[in-house]
Order: sequence, then structure tokens, then C-alpha cells
Amino acid sequence: MSEIKKIKNLKEFSTSADRFEGANLLCPGCAHSIIVREVLNATNDDLILSASTGCLEVCTAVYPYTSWDASWIHIGFENGSTAVAGAEAMYKALKTKGRLKQPDREPKFVSFAGDGASYDIGFQWISGCMERGHNMMHIVLDNEVYANTGGQRSSSTPIGSSATTSPAGRISYGEKKNKKDMISIMAAHQIPYAAQVAPNKWKDMVKKIQHGLAVEGPVFINAMSACTTEWKFDPKDTMSISDLATDSLVFPLYEIID
Amino acid sequence: MAFDKMELRDIEVWDGNFAAAQALRQCQIDVVAAYPITPSTPIVEGYAKFLADGYVEGEFVMVESEHAAMSGCIGAAAAGGRVATATSSQGLALMSETLYQASGMRLPIVLNLVNRALAAPLNVNGDHSDMYMVRDSGWIQFDAYNPQEAYDLNFIAFKVAEDHDVRLPAIVNQDGFMTSHTAQGVKTLTDDAAYNFVGEFKPMNDMLDLDHPVTHGVQTEEDWHFEHKARQHRDLMVTVMPKIQAAFDEFEKLSGRKYNIVEEYDMDDADVAVVCMGTSVETAREVATEMRAQGIKAGVVGIRVLRPFPFMEIAEALKDVKAIAALDRSSPNGAAGMLFNEIAGALFNTDTKALLSGYVYGLGGRDLTKAHLRDLYKELQANADAGKVTTQLQQFIGVRGPKLAFL
Ligand SMILES: Cc1ncc(C[n+]2csc(CCOP(=O)(O)OP(=O)(O)O)c2C)c(N)n1
Ligand code: SF4
Ligand SMILES: [Mg+2]
Repeated sequence: MSEIKKIKNLKEFSTSADRFEGANLLCPGCAHSIIVREVLNATNDDLILSASTGCLEVCTAVYPYTSWDASWIHIGFENGSTAVAGAEAMYKALKTKGRLKQPDREPKFVSFAGDGASYDIGFQWISGCMERGHNMMHIVLDNEVYANTGGQRSSSTPIGSSATTSPAGRISYGEKKNKKDMISIMAAHQIPYAAQVAPNKWKDMVKKIQHGLAVEGPVFINAMSACTTEWKFDPKDTMSISDLATDSLVFPLYEIID
Repeated sequence: MAFDKMELRDIEVWDGNFAAAQALRQCQIDVVAAYPITPSTPIVEGYAKFLADGYVEGEFVMVESEHAAMSGCIGAAAAGGRVATATSSQGLALMSETLYQASGMRLPIVLNLVNRALAAPLNVNGDHSDMYMVRDSGWIQFDAYNPQEAYDLNFIAFKVAEDHDVRLPAIVNQDGFMTSHTAQGVKTLTDDAAYNFVGEFKPMNDMLDLDHPVTHGVQTEEDWHFEHKARQHRDLMVTVMPKIQAAFDEFEKLSGRKYNIVEEYDMDDADVAVVCMGTSVETAREVATEMRAQGIKAGVVGIRVLRPFPFMEIAEALKDVKAIAALDRSSPNGAAGMLFNEIAGALFNTDTKALLSGYVYGLGGRDLTKAHLRDLYKELQANADAGKVTTQLQQFIGVRGPKLAFL
């Protein structure tokens, strides 16, 4: 197993060698980019990454540019997890066959996807990846809404939210269903590690990401991602809004080991 | 290497599925991600068993749907290795989104498509609806008429798809049950000869080259999308056919078995010709020979490469005949039929005087009998004699009830 990167303070952490460029099209204040940077900076390991269709994908790999300085793949909205699972299978195959170009290096496989791509349309793909035991981490950028397409509800949207497809109105208070308990469902796949994180609690997040990258087998991470556009707050307030959510336990941080 | 080679007899008795599975073993596929569906299942079961018995090294990922199967294949191919899968019918329909993604991402995956009807009504038997459904998805498509060809065309498919000037995925079609489950003599290649023919996999833009990170599957809008699609089409139109021809030539040198972009049978002096695909080609050849004994100069043109479509080759093969039948084994659902349209397009600006009529047949595994084909050739001869199409342009063959004809 590779060595766990030592991170002393926020300054050092936030200035680690960046494999995710600040040059991207995400909204100012978007927590997606903060989460991705924290994940990538939490480790020195080589990374094979994917993103499912959604804000992260459409804002970071617009031809002829890319924000990614690690191998990265996007296929579609529902199948980013399986893209990485396929790459992981190829890694195993080439390792057995002695065809890896850098045989002494052991990359980690991480897929990023929105809550829509994870809780809804990609649910089955993720379930398959977790159940089959791929050595990979799936990270949900959970802004509790379909942000890329303009604010429709997902099954992560909490009760009482006003989404464009479950709007609050004269006779409705908005979304009527409770947020789906995705972490329990994933934990029920008997995976070694599932955790909920938030980028404002960066030390907790780094610890959990490092733990997740260190364990063998599939790992599921649900990361709260404050969305300035759909949650309608000032871009400078991403961290304070996030603190409100985590400190009030509206978005509790916890982990499920084994 | 840590796997055992297999001693094959010069001729083995294999059905199309096992022939394809053996080809996958001999190509030493690195990753197969697959999901079962009749009639293609035995292909991936075969690979799994070879893996379990130590005759191949690689990873078999039994996923939870065909969409995931192709998604896994795409991830594996982008990672940098030899990738294959198999499916049929509903499985292909579920996969279809990812087929466009695979080809647009220029990943050389080989898909064995065991042709089967598309529901509703649900049906497990052979027709070409699935093959037709994805004809514009940017994949190269080969068509095998029997188990031997299903075996051989797999090697050719890998060789062409993985060529760095091509980098496009390829489908090898075979008829569900009629080919996939019918055992026949198959002339084999030795493991070494087969592997040497396809060659070592040569990665390109491989995600697993950790010193050279790559981005796969980008976003393009009105600024670049068209250029990407145009480039892909250009490569299919210009680059792929010569590569296929070169692979056919090299394969002939190796095996003595000759493949052609369109397969002509008794076409040199033919007055009337049937154009078809799959197992029907073999039936049509037998009937053409019978018709010649009765004085009708009958020929057959089999489509070997459906995509890229052999526009020039078809025109060349058919230009001197008097009457042509295009046989479509897929319901056109409100149009004239794919082969009818493609052939009409290929001939339209030529000097040919050939008459073209279309036939829809064999849906859901309905037999195309020799009797059907005899009648069909007689109709073509009547057209040729009359100098005009004497029937309606589109007729259904072998369907119960009053005769169905349109246009
Ligand atoms: C198969 C398919 N269905 C629908 C879409 C349209 N679509 C693209 S992104 C998206 C919403 C993404 O929401 P989420 O996964 O939560 O990511 P976010 O943009 O919020 O980060 C939708 C509906 C698509 N691209 N593909
Ligand atoms: S809409 Fe929301 S999730 Fe999307 S880029 Fe903007 S802030 Fe980020
Ligand atoms: Mg979202």
C-alpha cells in the first residue's frame, strides 16, 4: 500500500501540487471544485478519474481544453462509476499479464458524479460497482439538485426544497419527499467504507478520503456540495453556508466502517 | 506466459457462438465486460470458462446490464487494452447510448452481435432488427453467414479496429440460432497463428500510462462537435475499407480463406440478383444454382461489410444485371427497407438499367425457404423480361394471411 500523504495545515493543503486546474467553467464559489481539489490533494497516488455528465463534467473538459492533470474519462450521465470500474479491470488484467507501463505504481480509481447521476439515473451502475467489489471510490457531489440542467429535483432533494419540478407555490411547499438515504443503501452492499463529508470540514474530509483510498475494495463517499446558483447564495458565502449545514446537523458527517 | 495454449484439430465442430468464443480466447482479450442475453450468451460464457480453465489471462466483469457492459468496455478500452463483449437484441437496444459514445471516443472495442428480433412482441429468434438499429452508430459492421465466418471475422475485426489509423469499434454479426447454435465444421488457426495475425495490442492515449495523463470523452458544442463527427465519418468513408481489404488479403494468405467486401456468387453473367445478409446468403446461393439449371441466370450478392456501406462495390457488382431483389430482414416500419434504400442510392447515378424491388422476410426467426427464393427469382426474371417491376416495390415473404405488398 502506498504511503498516506501528511498534511499539516490548510495553507500547505490548498497549495499542494494541483491535478485539477483552477481554470474551469464552474460558477465562482461552486463547492464541486473545492471537493475535487481536496480529494486530489489528499493523496500523492496516481489517479484514474471519471466524471458523470453534470456540472463538473461540462465545466472541466471542454474541447480543446481540460482542467485535469490526471487521466480522466467521461462517458455519459449514468455510467461514470462503471467507466472507472472498467479501467480498474484493465489495470488488473495488464498487471497479471505484465503489461503495465509503470508496474511499480499503483493508481487509485475514483469516480465523481452528481446526486442526480448517483441517486437517480446511475443508481444501478453504482450498485453494480459496489457489489462486484471493484477497488474504486465513488464520490457524490451532492448539491441535492440537478444543477446542470437548471434545478430539477433529484431523490437527494430534501423535503421542503423548491426545485423547478417540485416548486413551492400558492398551495405547495415544494418537494414532498424526504432525501433518499443513499449511504445506508450503499453500506448495505457490505462495502468496507462509506462516509459523508463536507469540504468546509476539510480535515475530516481528508482523513476520510485517505482512509477510503487506503482500504481494499469499493468505497462510497457522499460529499455535500453547496451550489451558489441553485441554492441561491452569494458565491463568497459557500463556506459559511456549508458550516451552517454541517454544524446544525442538517448535513451530518459520519462514516460506516466495514 | 501464464496461460495454457489449446491444441485444436484442423477442423472442429463448433457453433457460431463457440467459434466466436474461441476467437476471443485466441486474441487473448484483456477485459470482457458482459451481460447475458439469448442467443449470444454462450460467447461470454465461453470466455469465462476459458479464463476459469487457465486458457486465457484477463478479467471477466459480469456487470448488471448491457448498458453497463459497454460502459465497462469503454472504460477498459480507454485504460488501454484489448476489449470485447457480446450481446443481442434488447441488450443492444439498452446499450445503444454507449455505442455512440464508444465510437465517438474512438475506442476499438469488438462486439459480437448475435442477431435477434426486437420486442414487442418479445422474440428470441434471429432477424436483423438489432443490426439495423445501430447501423449509424459509427461502428464498423461485419456480417458472418456461418460459424466459420464468425470465427474468422473476429480476427479481422480486431485487426482493423485496433489499427491506429482507424481506432473505431467493430461489430461482428451472426444470425441468432441459425448460426449461433448450429454446429458446423470450422477450420481453425493455431493459437500462435491467430494471435500473430491480430498482433499485440498497441495502446494509444491509454489512461493507464501514468506519466501521460489523458482526457477522454470531452464536451464539444457547435464549435467543435461537427468537426469530430465529420472526421469520424471521413475515416469510415476513406480509411476503413482499404484497411479491411488489407486485413482480408493478409487473412487469405494465412488461412486460404478469402473474404470480400461484397460477396458475389455467380454474378459474372447474372441477369437477376438477390442481395441479402446472414444465413440467407447461403440459401440464396443454393437456389441460384438451381435456377441456373432451369435457365434463369441467377446470382447472389452478400453484404460482408455493412458499415462502412460498400456503395461503390455494390454498384459495381449490380450494374450489369436486369433485376435486383433487396432482402431486408427487419421491419422498415413505414419505409422501403434499408438495403433497398442503400442499393437504390448506390445505383441511382449510374448508367444501370437494373430494376430494383424490395422484400421483407424472416422477422422473428421465420424461415426463408428455398421455395420462397425460387418464387422470388421467378419474379425477378419476369421483371427482367417485362422491362419493369411487375409486382409492387415492397413485398412481404412468408407472413401468414393475405399477401402484403406496398409501394
Ligand atoms: C441519459 C441522460 N439523461 C439526461 C441527461 C440530461 N442531464 C445532464 S446533466 C443532468 C443533471 C445533473 O445533475 P447531477 O447529477 O445532480 O449533477 P450536478 O449538475 O447537479 O452537479 C441531466 C438531467 C443526460 N445528459 N443524459
Ligand atoms: S450551478 Fe451549482 S453545481 Fe453547477 S457549477 Fe454552478 S454552483 Fe456549481
Ligand atoms: Mg446535483
